[in-house]
Amino acid sequence: MTADGISVDTAHTLAASTIHRRGRPVGVTAGAGFILVALLAVLPYVASRVTTYDLVELYTLGVLGTMWNLMAGYGGMVSIGQQAFVGAGAYAVVWFTNNNGVNPFLGVPIAAAVCAVLALPTSYLVFRLAGGYFAIGTWVVAEVAKLFTTQVRSLGKGSGVSLQKMSHIDPTLRNRLVYWMALGVLTLAIAATYVVMRARLGLALRAVRDAPTAASTLGVKVQRSKRFVYVAAAAGFGAAGALTSLHTLRVEPDSAYSVQLTAYMIFIVVIGGMGSIEGPIVGAIIFWELQRELASLGEWYLIILGTVAVVVTLYVRNGVWGLVSRGRLHAFPVGYTLGGGPRESGRPRGSRKGEDERPDDNAGNLKGVVQ
Amino acid sequence: MVVTNAFVQGILLGGLYALFACGLSLMFGVMRVVNLAHGDLSIMAAFGALALVDSLHLAPFVTLLIVVPAMAVLGYLVQRGVLQRSLHVSALAPLLVTFGISIILQNGLQEVFSADNRALNIGSLATASLRITNQLSVGWFSLLVFGVGVTVLVALQLFLSRTSTGRAMRATSDDQEAAQLMGIDNRHIYSLATAIAFATVSVAGIFLGMRTSFTPTAGPALLIFAFEAVIIGGLGSLWGTLLGGIALGVAQTVGAQVFSPAYGILTGHLVFLAVLALRPQGFLPKAVTV
Repeated sequence: MTADGISVDTAHTLAASTIHRRGRPVGVTAGAGFILVALLAVLPYVASRVTTYDLVELYTLGVLGTMWNLMAGYGGMVSIGQQAFVGAGAYAVVWFTNNNGVNPFLGVPIAAAVCAVLALPTSYLVFRLAGGYFAIGTWVVAEVAKLFTTQVRSLGKGSGVSLQKMSHIDPTLRNRLVYWMALGVLTLAIAATYVVMRARLGLALRAVRDAPTAASTLGVKVQRSKRFVYVAAAAGFGAAGALTSLHTLRVEPDSAYSVQLTAYMIFIVVIGGMGSIEGPIVGAIIFWELQRELASLGEWYLIILGTVAVVVTLYVRNGVWGLVSRGRLHAFPVGYTLGGGPRESGRPRGSRKGEDERPDDNAGNLKGVVQ
Repeated sequence: MVVTNAFVQGILLGGLYALFACGLSLMFGVMRVVNLAHGDLSIMAAFGALALVDSLHLAPFVTLLIVVPAMAVLGYLVQRGVLQRSLHVSALAPLLVTFGISIILQNGLQEVFSADNRALNIGSLATASLRITNQLSVGWFSLLVFGVGVTVLVALQLFLSRTSTGRAMRATSDDQEAAQLMGIDNRHIYSLATAIAFATVSVAGIFLGMRTSFTPTAGPALLIFAFEAVIIGGLGSLWGTLLGGIALGVAQTVGAQVFSPAYGILTGHLVFLAVLALRPQGFLPKAVTV
C-alpha cells in the first residue's frame, strides 16, 4: 500500500475503526515510575557517598541523552553543538550564585530558563541550515558561546571559576541535595518527554521527522514544532550543565563547552536506541558503566566508543533497547494501534522497520503502528 | 597600513580555506552528506606527510605525491565500504558515522603521534617574502598556497563542467534515480567524489602543516572553517566557496589585527553568523555545477 494508493474502502475502514493507544495504560507507567523514583530517592540513606556521587554523573548523562534523543530521535535534528547550552547552564548557575547571591539549588531551574531564553533567538539563526549543515552551524554557536564566556572577567576568563557558597554546606548533606536535584531533573526530563510524545505535538514531531513535506501539507506547523523541541531541549541541557557545576563545584570553558559532550550524547543515544524514550536511559547506563571500566585506557577508550557507535549505527539501527525489546516491550508506550485493541498485534516480525524510516516507507505504518 | 597587510594576508589565507572547503562542498553537493571527519582527515594527511619526512627523509613537498593519492584511494574505499551503507540506513546515519570516524581519527592520531605540536619544516621558504612596499610584504609560501588553492578549484570546476565523469557527477547530484536509469553507477560516482574530497583536503592539510604547527585535535576547528567558507560563499558554488574562504580569512586576520589576536577566530564566527542572519543564501548562491 502506498501513500496515495489508499482505497476508499481502506479510508472507510480507517474512519470506522478505533485507534488505541498501544501498550498498557499510562497509569501503570506512572505508578511504576513513581515507585522507582521513590526507591532511588532513599538511596542516599542506604548507599555510600561514593555511590551517590557517581550516580549524579549517571543521572546527568541520562538527561543529556534524553534531550539529545528528543532533538535527533524525535525532532530529526542532529546537532553537534548542544554543549553550547550545557556550558551556558554551567556558567549561569555559577554567575547567579557567586554574583547575585542566589541559592545554588534554585540556580538550576534559573539556568535552565536562561538557556531556553537564549535558545529561542538562536533557533531562528541555526534553523536556516538543514541536515548536516545544521549540525555544524550549532557547533559554531557553541564555539561563539565559549569564546564570549572566556571574555568575562567575573567568570574567570579562560581558566574557569569555582562555585562559592557550596563549600560551607556539610559535605554529606550537599552530596544528598545534589543527588536529589539530579534525580529530580532526570525524572522531569523523562516525564516531560513522555508527556510531549503522547500529546498531539509528539505525533506532529514524529511526522515531521519522517516526512516534513507530507507533515506540512497535513497542517503540522513544522518550524514551530521543531523550535519548541529545540528550546525545551536547551532548558534540559542547561539544567544538566548546572548540575555538573553543583556536582564538581567548578566550571572551566574547555570542558563545559567541549564537543566531547556531544560525542557522549551521540554514543548514549545511538547505543541505547534512537527514537525511543527507553533507549537513552539504557544507553546512559551502558556508557556510564563503560566509562568506569575503560577510562584508564585513555585514547583507546574513545577509539572503542567511536568504533562501537559507527558499527551500531550501521548494523543495529534501534540500538540495545531495540534488540532487547524487539519492538514489543514498551516501558513508555507512546505509539498507537489501529483497530487492533490496546496491544500491538499482527505485525510480522520480519517486517519491523526502524524508528527512523525513509519517508516512502511510512505509509506502511497505517496498517500497523504509528511509532 | 597594518590593516592593509592583514587584509592581504587574509585573502591569501582564504585560498587555503577554500582548499579545505571544496571537498566538503563536493561531497554535500553530490550525495547530500556532510562529512564531519573532514578536518580530521586533513590532519591525518599532515601526520602522514610528517611520518614520511621522519622515516624516509623526504622533502615535505614530495610527500604530497604519496599522501594525496593514498588518501584518494582511502576515500574511495571508505565511501564504498562504510558511507554507502550509511546512506541506506537513514538520513541521520552518515552524520553519526562520520562523527564516529572523527573521534576515532583524533584519538588514533593522539595514540600514535602524541598530543604534541608538530610541523612540517620547509626551510627558508617559510620566511621568504616578496616586498611590495616598505610596509607591505607577502610571503612566497602564502602566495604559493593561494595559487594551489585557486588552481585546484579551477581544475575541479573544469572537471565538473567539461568531462563526462564530471557530467555524471552533476547528473547524480541533480537526480540520483534518473542518473541511475541513464546507466550511471551512482556508487562509483559517490566513491569518486569522496576520493576527490579526501585528496583535496589532504593537500590542504599538508600545506597547513607547512604553514603552522598542528596537533591531532586540530581537525574540528578546520571543519568549522571549511563549513563557514561554504556557507558564506553560498551552497553549491565553487567560486562562492573561494569567495567565502577569502571573506573568512580576511575576517580572521583583520579581526586579530584590529582587536587582539584572541579575537581573530571569534570575528570569523561572527561574520559567518551575520551572513547567516542577513544573507543566508551566501554571496554566490548556486549558479552552476554541484
